[in-house]
Amino acid sequence: MSESVLKIRDLRVTFNTQLGELRAVRGVDVDVTPGEILGVVGESGSGKSVSFLAAMGLLPKSATITGSVELDGVELIGAGRKAIRSVRGKSLAMVFQDPLSALNPVHRVGDQIVEMIQSHQDMNTHDAGKKAIELLEIVGIPQPDERALQYPHEFSGGMRQRVVIAMAIANNPKVLIADEPTTALDVTVQAQILEVIQRVQQTFGTAVVLITHDLGVIARVADSVNVMYAGRNVESGSVQSIFDHPSHPYTRGLLSSLPHEGIERLHPIAGFPPNMLAPPSGCGFAPRCQHAIEACSAELPSLSPFEDLLTSCIRADELRVGRRS
Amino acid sequence: MNTQSDALLSVRNLVKNFELRANSGLRKTKRIVQAVADVSFDVKVGQTLGLVGESGSGKTTVGRSVLQLIQPTSGEVIFEGQDLTKMSFEQLRDVRRQMQIVFQDPFASLDPKMTVGSSIAEPLVVQGVAGNHQDKVAELLDLVGLAADHAKRFPHEFSGGQRQRVGIARALALDPKLIVLDEPVSALDVSIQAGVVNLFSDLQKRLGMSYIFIAHDLSVVRHIADHVAVMYLGKIVELGEKDAVYRNPSHPYTKALLSAVPLPDPKVERSRHRIMLEGDVPSPVNPPTGCRFRTRCWKATDLCAAEEPQLVVRPTGQQSACHFPE
Repeated sequence: MSESVLKIRDLRVTFNTQLGELRAVRGVDVDVTPGEILGVVGESGSGKSVSFLAAMGLLPKSATITGSVELDGVELIGAGRKAIRSVRGKSLAMVFQDPLSALNPVHRVGDQIVEMIQSHQDMNTHDAGKKAIELLEIVGIPQPDERALQYPHEFSGGMRQRVVIAMAIANNPKVLIADEPTTALDVTVQAQILEVIQRVQQTFGTAVVLITHDLGVIARVADSVNVMYAGRNVESGSVQSIFDHPSHPYTRGLLSSLPHEGIERLHPIAGFPPNMLAPPSGCGFAPRCQHAIEACSAELPSLSPFEDLLTSCIRADELRVGRRS
Repeated sequence: MNTQSDALLSVRNLVKNFELRANSGLRKTKRIVQAVADVSFDVKVGQTLGLVGESGSGKTTVGRSVLQLIQPTSGEVIFEGQDLTKMSFEQLRDVRRQMQIVFQDPFASLDPKMTVGSSIAEPLVVQGVAGNHQDKVAELLDLVGLAADHAKRFPHEFSGGQRQRVGIARALALDPKLIVLDEPVSALDVSIQAGVVNLFSDLQKRLGMSYIFIAHDLSVVRHIADHVAVMYLGKIVELGEKDAVYRNPSHPYTKALLSAVPLPDPKVERSRHRIMLEGDVPSPVNPPTGCRFRTRCWKATDLCAAEEPQLVVRPTGQQSACHFPE
């Protein structure tokens, strides 16, 4: 395994709200190796987006962030605004769910890409314009020279997301964070956008963090997977291992709650996610887990090696018998 | 088309046009969007019709036209032998108690200032149903897997999945024969979604009502539906029994749609052949001539532009509208 390009250690994010301290992220480690696609999966409120917004320095002031986020050996947590700005959009870029809110409606898309290039590179406007058109071509926009002169409202949802990806890769980032990039799109368009992301990763060797709630998307494009629950990473491993022999009861529950051919009844996970204003003392999943014992609520399990996975379940070894496959 | 005998609902040649008015200050323009363009289907007693398609396909408009929540431009909506489009407002009110709808967003469909109990009892009050509403509410809450004392609480005290159950309880209040489920689980997390989908199946087994299940998630529809209609730009392009449509898709669009859905299995995902459609769905203001799918179809010829294909029964049992079916 090569050295991580993005290394997150014991990241914690707490929001001060009127109702008290909301502990959205409670000690997360992430390793992204160069050129890989890391899928981060979890349900709403699991802390998957907040973790990476924290890494990007994009959280509001009400958030208290501790821990470490290293991009290529440079620490980002606690770095000054100027230092973060020089990284954000350059070596660390992000694509969001809604492409329309990521684009400025009153500027031509070509100009917006030029602005992105010139804010990090010393390039004259003519060359940057040429580069912008090249980028639009890379992300699969037909007639890029004409489209560069158009405004965001003249593009369809899928085409807008391509523009946003073109902007994100304008400065050849080492890591591209894509937060639910296809959730707002139709499936046939989603397939196109996933292909663009894969092409970017293969052509430029960009590492991609793909945040999604859709296990199908993960199965299609991810190399490795982090499963998040209640602000913690509950299981990590290669995509094949996670789907083949998941060891954490939450991962197993998530996979078996999906409809697939030939089953009569679906298998939901009982209960609902915990209130992060008062998260459970031990394993976050214990209140919903059918295998929970007293020890599970006693202390937070840590992510430890189990077979070819990393899992945070104290009973992983006992539960190995009788699992999905 | 199926025989009318066991059909609870028959929709014939349904058309819904919306007018788009643009006022640029200099001149007014009027354009017409044909959201639903000549759609016919049946829903049988105690069965589920899945309505699938991408955004702009007209599936939601079909659901609302069936319930007369929006007035169809033309066509017939025959519910238990009566054409709803020809009814007066008063007549419709009587029929409406037999037809209900559950919406996608359980946060927007409940009044935050009303207790859950009064939300569920509201249809009973509106329809002037006599009897003890409290008991009925308790019974309905039990039916959807909530506790009777939940009636006193307010929507904000519930999770998304529980709110959706409240919405279902309200839809069940008047013992409807048909429920339109418009993306009822799309806003829910998968682990919660499974429980609500099971609830729909259980309720149908116990109470025998029919569903029109509108969704963009093809795997959920495959799980719950008996028949499936695939819509594209206001038209049904394929219609038939679920297994026929999913196993042997006949229309190229159905085939492409099924192959675009990511399946939760890395081995399958990495080995299967995927049909990649080019571009986006065209604007319904100015749909393509002939077959509406031809601009994205890899099989399209001059014939497809010249002549609109009609729904034809295929050897595998379903109907599809294509000059060059699979």
